[in-house]
Amino acid sequence: MRKTIRCLLVYLVLCIGISTAFSQGLTPPSNVTAMDTPNDDGSSITIKWEAAPERSSISGYQILRRIAGGGLEEIGALLPAGTTTYVDSSIEKGSAYAYVVRAVTETEATVDSEETAPAKGTGELFHTGKIPLFIAMILFSAGIVWNIYYARSGKEIFVRRIPGLEAVDEAIGRATEMGRSILYSLGLGRVEEVPTIASMTILGQVARRTADYETPLHVPCRDPIVTNVVREVVRTSYLDEGRPDAYNEDNIFFLTESQFAYAAGVAGIMTREKPAAIFLQGQFFAESLILAETGNSIGAIQIAGTDSEHQLPFFIASCDYTLIGEELYAASAYLSREPMLLGSLRGQDWGKFLIFVLMILGVVLELAGVNWITTLLQRVS
Amino acid sequence: MELFGIWVAALLTLCIYSFLYQDNPFYRFAEHLYVGISVGYGIVLSIHQGLIPFAFKPFWAAVTGESLIGLVKLIPIGVGLLFFARLSPGHTWLIRYPIAILIGFGSGVAIPNVLRANIFEQTRGTIEPFAAMHAGTLSGWGVFEAVLMVVGVVCTLTYFFFSVEHRGPVKWLSKVGIAFLMIGFGSAFGNTVMGRVALLIQRADFLLGDWLNLIS
Repeated sequence: MRKTIRCLLVYLVLCIGISTAFSQGLTPPSNVTAMDTPNDDGSSITIKWEAAPERSSISGYQILRRIAGGGLEEIGALLPAGTTTYVDSSIEKGSAYAYVVRAVTETEATVDSEETAPAKGTGELFHTGKIPLFIAMILFSAGIVWNIYYARSGKEIFVRRIPGLEAVDEAIGRATEMGRSILYSLGLGRVEEVPTIASMTILGQVARRTADYETPLHVPCRDPIVTNVVREVVRTSYLDEGRPDAYNEDNIFFLTESQFAYAAGVAGIMTREKPAAIFLQGQFFAESLILAETGNSIGAIQIAGTDSEHQLPFFIASCDYTLIGEELYAASAYLSREPMLLGSLRGQDWGKFLIFVLMILGVVLELAGVNWITTLLQRVS
Repeated sequence: MELFGIWVAALLTLCIYSFLYQDNPFYRFAEHLYVGISVGYGIVLSIHQGLIPFAFKPFWAAVTGESLIGLVKLIPIGVGLLFFARLSPGHTWLIRYPIAILIGFGSGVAIPNVLRANIFEQTRGTIEPFAAMHAGTLSGWGVFEAVLMVVGVVCTLTYFFFSVEHRGPVKWLSKVGIAFLMIGFGSAFGNTVMGRVALLIQRADFLLGDWLNLIS
């Protein structure tokens, strides 16, 4: 009898021990919180919980969501073990959601956490994480504004020689002497894109000279809004030169928005009109070589410029002069010599010099085991 | 019908390729067809994917009292309508407002992103390998790459200084910089040409396979 009781006691102790050991894997996720994701437009809620102990047999987590008055529903896929955060981006703004984090073991046993308090997604007007970037922008802008005032005060600002831009007058003069037109393409960029804006400033300067020389200027555009802006830019240039009569609005026209249809159209215009000078300035993609090669085949003097690094090689190979990357942005200041643009150019050089110093300093400090610059750059970006 | 489509596509492909010889009526036909169809398609697309869902539907919902939030759309609609001011010679100046808003918005969105992605993150990426070098976890080749990267970035950056005269050390640094640029462009050129050759093979495959059935 005693032996039987002893055996039963040992069995009971073993059962308790084994079940305790296994129950470590079924500990429910603790400290589960749901809160509005900071610095967003209110379209997500972030759920956080504490990681399960290392020895647990949890193989993943499933998030469940309850909208006020509704039942629990599973959202998203099973999250891997070790995950402690989930961002629910499938919410409706203004609705409150409560969440449960379900731990799933390798044997597919589950245990649920307590339900969180309901949370709503709310949008923020300011992204606090971008304050360092904002400060960097302010400092950068301050440098540019200071230089603009410096230039406006009448002080001379040096701009180095840019060969492609020195050829602008040569190209326009050649077209005038030959009695042929000039073709200017702004590429495929939209009006709000920086290369298009830069290209329009160059076009303004080119149009001033064509107004003086009475050389026809053709501008086929890919975007209807760009067409309108270009007409304004060219018309203003002709007015500034006192030649409104020479301005022909029909020469600035919308062609098509389709990339290769635009390329086919411009190539056709090139072969039929045979312009003596071609300007390809702005944002270009795969059509760059079609345009540049066609221009080359008709013997036109070609001046290209883009910041699309994948198209620059084609322009360099097929055009007479190419403005590389930032030279496109510097072009307007170089051509116009306007104090505002010159000051802005010098301000940008200051910015580049700062990056130059930060890089050298950063390398030296990293080699010495100090990572201040990297941390600073990490915060700013 | 499918066969008809293949014939149309094949003949138009040949019309476009005929430009390689010289400008001719076949090319002109294909060019005008392509441009015309793309403009028509673009207009229909703009109406169905822009005008109706983003302007007409919310505005109509506001008019019928279904959702008054659509009235907010009156502001962008009004600004957009200013583009038509150029049709009236006396009011052409009004077009400057939507243009200013578009350019201002575009620059405002683009500049911080360019600063972050193209300047700060790339500068950090250039410096970071030196932390691994300090920790002694960088291989010999990794050290060479990290140093080459810094030299390349510094020299290339020097080339893009416009308000400094390029003479003396600046001249030499910028010359090295332009060499780095050209090596990069050469690599990009080869890479893109490979992609274009793939496109040519695809078209030849269509002409010889789908159209002429000469290859399977």
